[in-house]
Amino acid sequence: MFIRRTLPLLIAGFFGIAMIIQFFIPHPASRTFYNMVLDWIIIVSAFTYLMAVQSTVELHTTKIKRRVDGWQYSLIVLISLGITAFIGILGGAFTPSTFLMKLIPAFKPSSTSPLMYTYLYMQVPMQSTIFSLLAFYMASAAFRSFKARSFDATMLLLTAAIVTIGRVPLGEFIYKDFPEIVEWILKYPNMAAQRGILIGVELGIIATSLKIILGIERKYLGGGK
Amino acid sequence: MKITFFLIFMSVFLFAQDNQGSVPTDSTVISELSFIESFIVSDMGSDDGTALRVKWIFADHTKIKNHIRLYREIESDTARELLCDITTSTNEYIDKNLCREESYRYSLVTLDSVGAEMPGIISTDYIKPKANYFKTNKIILLLMILIYTSVIVILVETVKKGKVLFVRKISGLDTLDEAVGRATEMGRPVLYVPGSSTMSDIATIASLNILGPVAKKIAEYDTRLIVPNRDPIVMTVAKEVVKESYSEAGRPDAYTDNDVFFLTDSQFGYAAAISGIMTREKPATNLLLGMFWAESLIIAEAGNTTGAIQIAGTDAVTQLPFFITSCDYTIIGEELYAASAYLSREPLLMGTLKAQDYFKGMIIFFICIYLIFLIISTIFGGDVSFLNKILEIIKFIFKS
Repeated sequence: MFIRRTLPLLIAGFFGIAMIIQFFIPHPASRTFYNMVLDWIIIVSAFTYLMAVQSTVELHTTKIKRRVDGWQYSLIVLISLGITAFIGILGGAFTPSTFLMKLIPAFKPSSTSPLMYTYLYMQVPMQSTIFSLLAFYMASAAFRSFKARSFDATMLLLTAAIVTIGRVPLGEFIYKDFPEIVEWILKYPNMAAQRGILIGVELGIIATSLKIILGIERKYLGGGK
Repeated sequence: MKITFFLIFMSVFLFAQDNQGSVPTDSTVISELSFIESFIVSDMGSDDGTALRVKWIFADHTKIKNHIRLYREIESDTARELLCDITTSTNEYIDKNLCREESYRYSLVTLDSVGAEMPGIISTDYIKPKANYFKTNKIILLLMILIYTSVIVILVETVKKGKVLFVRKISGLDTLDEAVGRATEMGRPVLYVPGSSTMSDIATIASLNILGPVAKKIAEYDTRLIVPNRDPIVMTVAKEVVKESYSEAGRPDAYTDNDVFFLTDSQFGYAAAISGIMTREKPATNLLLGMFWAESLIIAEAGNTTGAIQIAGTDAVTQLPFFITSCDYTIIGEELYAASAYLSREPLLMGTLKAQDYFKGMIIFFICIYLIFLIISTIFGGDVSFLNKILEIIKFIFKS
């Protein structure tokens, strides 16, 4: 019980208070402490990636063993994981490793490493593809929400129409002060609403942090109480 | 007891400051140049000992006919370094990125029309920048934290004594039961996405706090729960939260370790994988709670097309419109942080929830007061010094 509950609560409380105090101390010793804690976070994060790999391998191995629907994709995931790890370890991350340059003379210190190549020419285009879907999803979401079913929805529709037209050259062509109206909408009513939400959010963040530091909130440790 | 200790500790820390740290040591020179009245160098204060403030006061602007330059000398190196040209519109220069082990001296040099130095250079004594132990400019912030903590403590104690506090209805959270029930009836899983951020984001912690009661409910209903993660630390915590909740519900055997898993740390890879899970597994309920960025709409729209009931919650203001558009219920901003208390109805957590509301009320009150006083002051042409003083005080508090 002490190891599972009390000790994590004590650690959370101690570091919570320490980090609050650190924020108010400008002395270099305080910054050194802060940087040290950041280093610890990086080290711990690096080790947790081993658990991530273990989770991925276990999940997909189980899928392949049980021949669940689409188990072939799991096989592709595991093969890709293996190949990426292999070329990363042997080939270096940013520039080709010495070992790879000896093995394949075509690789020069200035050339892109195979791992970087997979990132630039495989991962980045795939990410961009998914990102580009956003434009179509935005159109479909806008189509659904801009139906004038109620007074609120009509207001939303009108505001959206004004902002959309005012943001393109056509708006200025129709009425020269259109962009200024849009600026006013974004700067005042929109900003006021955003700040209202943000004040609540900030107070929520402080309250949650204090609950964790004081040990009132314990659900993140698992279980209810 | 812990709370009282925290308050006492913070108070002692606040008032037992090394005052010498915040009192700047300075070097003042009464100028021999007729147009400069004084030339002062002082420590910045509230810093890490890497800056000095150089100030000069002009006796008579009209006498300045030539260029004046500000130079710096380091005691260990006599070379003079030009800092800036002085104009009549400035009277201060903050010299940053200094080394606190070194001593510095500043000089004002007048140049003639051809750029040659004229006699009558004025220099300060050598002065060392000093590292301070407290940011005096943040004192209001510290006081606010102490007041806020006190309000929480008072309300927690009040609730402990048995007082029932009213909490307004939050539709998104009330629907959680219904959403889990729907999944059970349909025999389909519940998908819980704890956001795209790391454990250092408070929104993620708030999301994991909600995951506990949700997982317990799901365990009681004997429904499958899928929790895909983007961060390995979040995954580890989520596994622990779900496992404990299943145990609490008396169903440890129903917990499947492979249902809480790591996907990828790539933002759009994560969005694509979740969209894939939504399409293949067809969850009856999608819970998207935590911190989201541009991937929010991709995930929410994919869920919308599968016909699942969707409850989303985030404190990212820019993503809220997307969730409102694509999800059935949206938990907006602070409601995400209130969810844990709202769902569990634990007295201690309810106290903190109330403290949040009271403090928000106080901020709204000050904003209204500021607005009213500003209007009155504008009506009277800004001449009412009493009102201006109050406005300045409120502005100072909020700026701090």
